Amino acid sequence: MMNLRRDVFQAIADPTRRAILLLVASQSLTAGAIASNFDTARPTVSKHLQILTECELLEQEQNGREITYHINAKKMKEVADFIEPFRNMWDDRFNKLESIMQNYKPKK
Amino acid sequence: MERKTKIDAESGKQELTITREFDLPLDLLFKAYTDAEIVEQWMGTKVLKLENKKHGAYQFETTDPKGNKHGFNGVIHEFVPNQKIIRTFEMENTPFSVQLEFLDFIKLSNDTCKLNIHVVYRSVAQRDQILQLPFAQGINMAHNRLQDIVLKLTK
Repeated sequence: MMNLRRDVFQAIADPTRRAILLLVASQSLTAGAIASNFDTARPTVSKHLQILTECELLEQEQNGREITYHINAKKMKEVADFIEPFRNMWDDRFNKLESIMQNYKPKK
Repeated sequence: MERKTKIDAESGKQELTITREFDLPLDLLFKAYTDAEIVEQWMGTKVLKLENKKHGAYQFETTDPKGNKHGFNGVIHEFVPNQKIIRTFEMENTPFSVQLEFLDFIKLSNDTCKLNIHVVYRSVAQRDQILQLPFAQGINMAHNRLQDIVLKLTK
């Protein structure tokens, strides 16, 4: 369970893979359509798609000669939940800092 | 509430960055990091020592809901008012090694500013574990709550 989580975590830590997920989240796309959104070489994009598929963030569907990619919403939610607490912890602290300092009156 | 704090943790690296913009003048953000009383308020910790200078040291102590005390400390390597702090950070009595933190305080306008924290860990594995801490604590808390409920039911 922990290993699986770490793989998924590493998968979403990469900026290109995050961009791919955002893209596919809005609509299912073929590998070619996804690759056309990046300057990166097509094999590199394919490698990213393979990693995202292996850790089940993306699902493949064969359509004739083309493969279409869908987002796996359930898995995405799990990952978001997983990294969220760390971000939330800092967001809470910084929100507190901001409101304290907005009401701050210098001592005379 | 808008999500203002951004965490960037690239795969396979032993570092991460925390970025946040504030609706505050730069000097007030810096003050929040250097005034012991204010640090205590927003960090929810006791400040035992805070020497804001090159080669200065700091020591924090928090008390968890069970009354256990947790110590944190570090040494300040560079201190430039309203610009940057470079310091180490260590959680005492944990398997985690010391980490290196680069804090950059950036003015955006007269009433807005940005904080960029670049943290370097001893290893990729340690970074990933520390990233997962709040997640694990969340699970523990849920577990403890469950235990409390079960205890009440069985009394």
